[in-house]
Amino acid sequence: MGQRFDAIVIGAGPAGSMCGYTLAKEGLETLIVERGKFPGAKNMWGGAYYGPFLHELFSDFWDEAPVERYILRRKFSLLTKGSSLSMEFSTQKFREPPYNSFSVLRAKFDRWLAGKAEQAGAILATGLQADDLLWDGTKVSGIKAGGDEIPANVVVACDGVNSLMAEKAGLRQNLSPEHLKLGVKEIIQLPRETIEQRFFLSGEEGMAWESLGSFTQDIPGGGFIYTNKESLSIGVVVQLSTLAEKKVKANDLLEEFKKHPGIAPYLKDGKLVEYSAHLIPSAGKTMMPALYGDGILVAGDAAGLVLVTGLALEGANFATVSGVAAAETVIAAKKRGDFSARSLVSYQHRLDKNFILKDLEMFKKAPHFLENPRLYNAYPQIACEMAAKIFTSEGKPKEKMVTLLKQAAKDRVSFLQIIKDLWQIKGAL
Amino acid sequence: MSNIKVEEKLAVNKYDIDKEVHIRIRDEWCQDCEAQPCVTICPADCFKWTEDHITFSFEGCLECGSCRIVCDRESIDWALPRGGFGICYQYG
Repeated sequence: MGQRFDAIVIGAGPAGSMCGYTLAKEGLETLIVERGKFPGAKNMWGGAYYGPFLHELFSDFWDEAPVERYILRRKFSLLTKGSSLSMEFSTQKFREPPYNSFSVLRAKFDRWLAGKAEQAGAILATGLQADDLLWDGTKVSGIKAGGDEIPANVVVACDGVNSLMAEKAGLRQNLSPEHLKLGVKEIIQLPRETIEQRFFLSGEEGMAWESLGSFTQDIPGGGFIYTNKESLSIGVVVQLSTLAEKKVKANDLLEEFKKHPGIAPYLKDGKLVEYSAHLIPSAGKTMMPALYGDGILVAGDAAGLVLVTGLALEGANFATVSGVAAAETVIAAKKRGDFSARSLVSYQHRLDKNFILKDLEMFKKAPHFLENPRLYNAYPQIACEMAAKIFTSEGKPKEKMVTLLKQAAKDRVSFLQIIKDLWQIKGAL
Repeated sequence: MSNIKVEEKLAVNKYDIDKEVHIRIRDEWCQDCEAQPCVTICPADCFKWTEDHITFSFEGCLECGSCRIVCDRESIDWALPRGGFGICYQYG
């Protein structure tokens, strides 16, 4: 490859492919390198892809994209040993295009997204690892990959949470275990009808279900189940630093979650077809690297652009938006003929203007709030014990809610502590 | 119901295993490490303490990067498998 590209995009995930797509559509010579055998081969998640933004890029994309199910039912559960307390939300609005969100399997979906970039004219090189950056003085001027030197005006690092390229460019410090969550997940195959019966779904309807409670053994995090067409994605997402401190294995927590009496019946007789793991940047603004330098931009997980608002971790959607913003920055830089940091600073402005940096700013206290161990043990226990009393007939006069709360909280959390935690919610969420 | 072992889970995955080992351990730096966070954290159970040294079996690696981040002695010379090799998710 002796050619000089306008842009080299590293990684064909949602950030990279949508960056490559936007660049190529504008006529820029674009190369996307992907280390996996195909886009998606290295990616996993437990999540839903939001419809509206992708619909703006590809109108009615759900008709052609390999989506699994549109999410109609959202469920949230508190689990303690032997008990579960759940809340479910569903609205007819979720049935309407452009749909709120879809469950997708990354090995299929990411391939489709990358295909869009190729159709727009980007060159996609799979099975090719970017080993290093090329430098022209203090400016990034391309990459080294597979023994070749490939020059470009600008490099966009969309190489995921471990972004070695952001590190090599000096844009990011070493990652810290406090800033990351480890996700482990299984794909469990079940017949379509079984899934629909168990989850009360029909046709293309799907469910997204988050849980937290005793199964994570006080470790900040939770569990998830997403319904696919003919499989379930089930996993846990837990704080990396606390796992190491407490010497707890993530897989043991996943097994604990799967065995919970509120969860196990949904998985019964399912067949394990894949086991996967991935890190998630979950410290929001605290861990964000410099987003640009001379000749380089960083987008998606590589830039730590994941919104933590409680149980939900929003990464792929942010990746998509940041990939497009990076591309728009490069397009403007090309018109100016200036790829220096001074020119690429408009990337920051673009992210400031759209919702990404605003959301991250708004929820900047959430990651710290979610480290509160009481969320994973004391409070689920209190809630389940109150529910047990409310729903049990003991042939005695009933107690008022406040009394029930006092009884359930006794020996677990002081009232003052509850008030302090509530006050923190106000600031964080 | 007993816990399904990690190695049984890895057995269902698809890998294209390279001849080259992508992660190397400087195990002389691990000798007095009591915490052994790599052993705990690796979701694929790639790290094992056998007798007096730590071993890493790269074949089942899920390339998550956790070991590199939890090791505070920089004993792990972490890299990704060469392009096209390693874990190849069929679902994700």
